[in-house]
Amino acid sequence: MLRFSKQMKRWFAWILLPGIYIVVLLLLQEKLLSRHTQSLLVPLCMNIILALSLNIVVGMLGELSLGHAGFMSIGAYAGSLFSLQTQEYLPTLLRYPLAILLGALVAGFFAGVLSVPVFRLKGDYLAIVTLAFGEIVRSLIINFAWTGGAAGLKGTPRDTTFTTAYLLTVFVWLLSQKIYHSRLGLEMRAVRDNAIAAEACGIDVINRKRAGFILAAAIAGSAGVLYSHYYTILTAGVFDYNRSIEILVMVVLGGMGSMIGSVISAMTLTIAPEALRFLNDYRMLIYSLLLITAMIGRQSRIFGQLQQRLKEVKRPHGAIE
Amino acid sequence: MVTGCNQQPVVKDPVEEVVLKIGGSGPLTGSAASYGTSVKQGAQLAVDELNNNGGVAGMKFELLFEDDAADPAMAVNAYARLVDQGMNVSMGTVTSGAGMAMTEEVKKDGFLMLTPSASQKEITRYPNSFRVCFTDPDQGTYAADFIKTNDLATKVAILYDKSSDYSTGIRDAFVAQASVVGLDVVEEQAFTDQSKTDFSVQIQAVEQSGADLLFLPIYYEEAAMILKQSTNLDVVYFGVDGMDGVIGQMGSEYAALTEGVMLLTPFAADSKDEKTVHFVESYVEQFESTPDQFAADAYDVVYTIAAAVEKAGVTSPEDEDFNAKLIAAMTQIEVEGVTGTMTWSEEGEPAKSATAVVIKDGKYVAFEKKVS
Amino acid sequence: MSLAASLMNGLNLGAIYGLIALGYTMVYGIAKMLNFAHGDIIMTGALTIVISVHRFGVSPWLSILLSIGVCVSLGVLIEKIAYKPLRKASSLSVLITAIGVSFLLQNTAQLLFGSSLRSFPKAFQVPSYIIGGFELKGDRLLTILITAMLMVGLVWIVYRSKIGLAMRAVAQDRDTAELMGIDANRVISITFAIGSALAAVAGLFYGIAYGFIGPYSGSMPGIKAFTAAVLGGIGSVPGAIVGGVLLGLIESLAKTYLSSELSDAIVFAVLIGILLLKPTGLMGQEIREKV
Repeated sequence: MLRFSKQMKRWFAWILLPGIYIVVLLLLQEKLLSRHTQSLLVPLCMNIILALSLNIVVGMLGELSLGHAGFMSIGAYAGSLFSLQTQEYLPTLLRYPLAILLGALVAGFFAGVLSVPVFRLKGDYLAIVTLAFGEIVRSLIINFAWTGGAAGLKGTPRDTTFTTAYLLTVFVWLLSQKIYHSRLGLEMRAVRDNAIAAEACGIDVINRKRAGFILAAAIAGSAGVLYSHYYTILTAGVFDYNRSIEILVMVVLGGMGSMIGSVISAMTLTIAPEALRFLNDYRMLIYSLLLITAMIGRQSRIFGQLQQRLKEVKRPHGAIE
Repeated sequence: MVTGCNQQPVVKDPVEEVVLKIGGSGPLTGSAASYGTSVKQGAQLAVDELNNNGGVAGMKFELLFEDDAADPAMAVNAYARLVDQGMNVSMGTVTSGAGMAMTEEVKKDGFLMLTPSASQKEITRYPNSFRVCFTDPDQGTYAADFIKTNDLATKVAILYDKSSDYSTGIRDAFVAQASVVGLDVVEEQAFTDQSKTDFSVQIQAVEQSGADLLFLPIYYEEAAMILKQSTNLDVVYFGVDGMDGVIGQMGSEYAALTEGVMLLTPFAADSKDEKTVHFVESYVEQFESTPDQFAADAYDVVYTIAAAVEKAGVTSPEDEDFNAKLIAAMTQIEVEGVTGTMTWSEEGEPAKSATAVVIKDGKYVAFEKKVS
Repeated sequence: MSLAASLMNGLNLGAIYGLIALGYTMVYGIAKMLNFAHGDIIMTGALTIVISVHRFGVSPWLSILLSIGVCVSLGVLIEKIAYKPLRKASSLSVLITAIGVSFLLQNTAQLLFGSSLRSFPKAFQVPSYIIGGFELKGDRLLTILITAMLMVGLVWIVYRSKIGLAMRAVAQDRDTAELMGIDANRVISITFAIGSALAAVAGLFYGIAYGFIGPYSGSMPGIKAFTAAVLGGIGSVPGAIVGGVLLGLIESLAKTYLSSELSDAIVFAVLIGILLLKPTGLMGQEIREKV
């Protein structure tokens, strides 16, 4: 197992993150990227953000949320409605970041409201409640006139570019890292591993769960704003149960809890369906098989568990933070 | 390399063909897969026919069709891939929802876009885009006029799909026109795609309203379910082009339930005119199923493109102003397709008429309509 | 629509929900897992009937037996391959696997038989009766009858037979039951078998009631089954019936007096409400979590 020192990691981030951006920009300049690849740049960023956000809930907290697309949806509509109302008198440079912020806040707010009663429930029930929530959101959007109804919300200004999407992605990545290594992250993972023991240690379990859930929802909401300001049209059907499951597959395949894993699997699962279009008929089938084998594999592979444990033991001896 | 006997100092294979690539996307997977498949098959049939007859203006047609699962993001990716593959003319998308985002891309690139079935009005908002099918508002208006003019009912009830832009678009126009012509809408009920299995409550409400006609601006899958669940309802069922296919969906066992159902449709598979007969026969032979509205629309799209190509006088996609010439030609042509005889306005809408049919003994029979 | 008609309709709906909730609650009560794929097993059963009758000309009665056979085999197979290896795993893993299985069934059905809905054979049609202005759907009456019989049978099995004793032991404390000499694996397999057989019957009546079946037809009934089971108290057999009827009534009343388009959202809201207010349902027992 390679051990990266904290120093090395920092250099890594400072060089790699802007480096990737510059490389892609160069490729775009020199027209070296096919049209198809170009059309995937923003979706890539979006899916990375979504996977990282769900990873907080599933990976760090160990809870199953099946309605994550619902928060993306809420953020998208909030951001779009805001932009549509204010595009006349606010400059884009101000309006767009505000829209993203608003989307995140509104999504986070709804997650907060939902989380107040919901985290008293056992894991199984929580999953169903989140599923129900996602469906309720979808149902309400179809029925309200001010969300455009069946035809959808049209005319959102097209503000999202690769640059803005990439910036947000980097931000979310750094945020996730910070959370993971913070006290909050430690407590969340403690809750995941053994909630009763964590409570015995004085951790406010329900509070931590809520915090993680709200954060994840807010991030998903911001991704939603990215979406709506890229495709300019929002229909309720886009953010459905299938979408929630697709994000879940990304997190699961990336190794739940591993952030770099989430990034890699998000990238893979964005590119692969497009690169392997001839397999489209079998895509959902393959996903379902991947889910099942991943879960069974995690269980029986001793190596997998060992790798997991070794990941945790990265700090120097004795330090707790 | 053979240089050939011509003056041009171009090293060229003399047997090289000029190919016109038509690119389209539609749902080939997911719940709407049957519609995308129909479009792909109908278009392919037309392309093959044209090529077997020597091509168009010396060019061979090629169909490139990608899956978009009726999702806007996937449609944009599909379009990008089609551009990479060298598409020259776009067929747009099959569904309106998926199409809205990619129409921005097509506009930027300037291709002629002719969609078979995306029926939302905004799809053709740019000058380069046209459609073969009716717009939703047109169908709704036409239906209301038709019912009133032919005295089909005094009290009308509507059951529509609130989660479908197609259905709500038609319903909105229908209701608006109904009040204009004095048609009495006594009951409106809706369902959504989350809940389109049990219609008992909606059907009961329609029954209690005393309506004598039930307007169903929906697709044939849901229509068939409603027919099965409303056997005790005494109304005239009236649908639009989405209803086409209900006979096949019902199957032979329950064919009696379709008796008396009326629909307004530009395409009828049992129609006796030569073009339709030929189309249906060829389609059945190749794909082993009866073509539906979507297949017919797609078939007409390809033939329309062919007509535009001939009118524009282009002989290769490399020609100067290829796109502009084609687009200009669209408003000058008249095409006799299997979905009617069409001409196009600058807004991209086809002018064509729909026939009204009644289902008798599991077949369409033309409805004797009054001249208004 | 009158209140009486709405209630009648609610009972019609509830008949089906109760039946599909039976299998769900059994599996959860004993194996302690939410079988997300239950709804899809229902769909598989119904689809088996459709395909065998329409494509292979199998006689209706035989197709029912075939459907039960297919569902039972499928249920046991799924349990052995996907759920058993995860007996010691966190419930998160089990849930995710269950979702995977559900998707697998749906998409396999779609690949094999296409995504469009198929007409349920007419041979199973049950006539309706009009009494006093109300439509009494014959098939629902039959559903209620069969559900009642099944419920009686289930209760007998669970409370009066030896295997039922074993089931209750495993439900209460699996490890101790094993210490007492009960083969927990066998018990759980049998539970899944029974649950799947119930699903097959549910599929039959679902097909009769709604007339059409497609690969995705199972997901909504699955969620509604869960809602009904939770309403009545998950793990309780009579609770499933009570929950089913209650859910049917709620849905019908919501559709009539509130909005037919929002009825599913309302049902989901009811689900959330019940889980928050009384998670053990109307007839369930309090569960103490042990350290």
